Amino acid sequence: MAFNIYDFTTLTKSIHEGLSSQFSPTATLAIEWTIVGLAYLLFVALFGLFLVYAERKVCAAFQQRMGPMRVGPWGLLQTIADFIKLLMKELIMPKNADKFLYNLAPFIVIIVTFMVISVIPFAPGLATFDFDIGVFFVTAVSSVGVIGILLAGWSSNNKYSLIGAMRSGAQIVSYELSVGLSLITMIILAGTMQISGIVEGQRDMWFIFKGHVPAVIAFFVFVIAGTAETNRGPFDLAEAESELTAGFHTEYSGIKFAFFFLAEYINLFIVAAMATTVFLGGWMPLHFGDFDSFNQIMDLMPGLFWFFFKVLGVMFLMMWFKWTFPRLRVDQILNLEWKYLLPINLFNILLMAAVVLFGLHF
Amino acid sequence: MDELREIMITTDEIKTDEYLINMGPQHPSTHGVLRLLVQLEGEIVHNVQPHVGYIHSGIEKMAESLSYPQIGHLTDRMDYLSAHQNNEAVALCVENALQVEVPERVKYIRTIMSELSRLASHQLWWCVMGMDMGALTTFFYGLRDREDILDIFEETCGARLTVNYSIPGGLMFDIHPNFQRDVKAFIKKFKTKLPEYDRLLSGNVIFTERTKGVGFLSKEDAIAYGVTGPTGRASGFSCDLRKHRPYSAYDKVNFKEILSDVGDTYARYQVRMAEMWESMSIIEQLIDNIPEGDYAVKMKGVVKLPEGEFYQRVETARGEFGVFIVSDGKKNPYRVKFRSPGFSNLFAINHIAKGWKIADLVAIMSTFDLVIPDIDR
Repeated sequence: MAFNIYDFTTLTKSIHEGLSSQFSPTATLAIEWTIVGLAYLLFVALFGLFLVYAERKVCAAFQQRMGPMRVGPWGLLQTIADFIKLLMKELIMPKNADKFLYNLAPFIVIIVTFMVISVIPFAPGLATFDFDIGVFFVTAVSSVGVIGILLAGWSSNNKYSLIGAMRSGAQIVSYELSVGLSLITMIILAGTMQISGIVEGQRDMWFIFKGHVPAVIAFFVFVIAGTAETNRGPFDLAEAESELTAGFHTEYSGIKFAFFFLAEYINLFIVAAMATTVFLGGWMPLHFGDFDSFNQIMDLMPGLFWFFFKVLGVMFLMMWFKWTFPRLRVDQILNLEWKYLLPINLFNILLMAAVVLFGLHF
Repeated sequence: MDELREIMITTDEIKTDEYLINMGPQHPSTHGVLRLLVQLEGEIVHNVQPHVGYIHSGIEKMAESLSYPQIGHLTDRMDYLSAHQNNEAVALCVENALQVEVPERVKYIRTIMSELSRLASHQLWWCVMGMDMGALTTFFYGLRDREDILDIFEETCGARLTVNYSIPGGLMFDIHPNFQRDVKAFIKKFKTKLPEYDRLLSGNVIFTERTKGVGFLSKEDAIAYGVTGPTGRASGFSCDLRKHRPYSAYDKVNFKEILSDVGDTYARYQVRMAEMWESMSIIEQLIDNIPEGDYAVKMKGVVKLPEGEFYQRVETARGEFGVFIVSDGKKNPYRVKFRSPGFSNLFAINHIAKGWKIADLVAIMSTFDLVIPDIDR
């Protein structure tokens, strides 16, 4: 097996054995939990900062400008400076806000992103949870995030926030269907809902190639619906700044705003990571049937590289959407889902079922 | 708040499912301190009540204590995107009152400058239109090309926005030796850039879906509300003063009056896009034929208008701009009244936006191309 040198199982196992020999099982578990928790916190914070920087640079490239250039070389420290600024800002609460819900909302949004991120396999052996129902878990938990947005809009006691939250609610509940159905299409092909099983199933060929026509349709539906799920342009109605100033987070400042901001970028990562895992082979290298020498060269690159290469590719695509398209109107966004994506999706499931049933895939 | 309560009380039957929001005075899509009191039912707009006056600067009153050449300088600050056309209107009004004939050279340069300001204004409108619709990249494309025009302005008269170039009797300075070369270079460049605008925004399916068939204004209503400029022409109201009452050198050039009989948001968009091509064609016809001569006629040190009432209209980027001067023979006017296109256009918004959604209201407002100091003066 060529993967072995890059397999994180060896590392995690040796850490576990080392700790077990020193501490009691309970203490070992506690230490491991802390390490994993801190690793996720660090990853989310650093990757979030990187994504903000990347988005600003990508958007600058589309808009024929330089982006941040002043703080650090090529503006690399800009987002860190911005983050420090956000930490030091005063937390302003509207006078008649519902205090408890107002404070709760950003935490719901950020906790949900952490929960979803915990099932994503970054590299061989580098995933925290591996449920039998992994894909189901992702769709189920990610829909809880909308509660945070609705609460934020409701408790701010601001009409713009409320309109933004209601739009967001209608939008996410609708697009949840398309995300779920396009994932189901792929589950039919994979034959399992376990995320490690799905990745393992793509050892010879990524599902987007294996499932050809229905898989490609499902991929496009997933990327469109996923963009809508993350409330990003052209589906950014919930925070449409020219209409609703800042939508549901109009009344948030400082670190609470930073939570929403960070959650948006981590959600972007989650959608891209799910697209990578389910359609593009997760951390699996690019393999073509019998071209053994080609496959071996591809194997030389570590799984972590492949994973982030694909994730960043999908994220670039989604940033491209945002900085090119105008925003849709609220009725058009619902029409797109209920009149186009949903029927396409349902038909696509039948197509995929037929493809799998008659063994028409590669 | 008192105002809101008043409206709630004066409404005969209070509907619980309608609510009011204040768009502005600080709001990203009003592009200034305009306040719209919007009555909504869910997302649907039931009533829009514009409240103006937040940036009222009393220019008309100030003008009463200034001399005629000084009034022109104030008009820059009204519709700052049509600064040159406003200057020109005052200059023409005073010249007509004194029956001064300016040299041909002045007329040509004024026309070219007018069209350049129209182009710059339409470019900025296009940037902002895209931004209001959520396509943020348009802003930078438009500003990139507008920069070239502002550079030409700066070279010509030292200012980029408030140009102060036309004064009664002619121009402040002669054109820069590089003027013709720069303008020609700009036109050549912009002809390749304008199709880019279409590729980025006009042809986009989301954009056309959001603008086609949205926010109708009929020709009768356009006339009734006094809606002029590209907004009126998109409804089929032939109101181009450059065509109907040519001033400066507009009678010497060949150009089409862009008209559309559709009257929706998309038509207003397309009329302005087509006007950019027409402006370029007007400049091209004039730029090589600027006659030699003086750039101003010698005026008296103190300009005194004869007793009477004088009115001059010009076509700015937003529509018909009028200067009405009542003179009692002194060096200051007795009364000055400006007819600003933005003010008349704005008040058609309730008629148009009723029944459409909030997002449509923003798009409609954007195609009106509002400049708030022009409305408030």
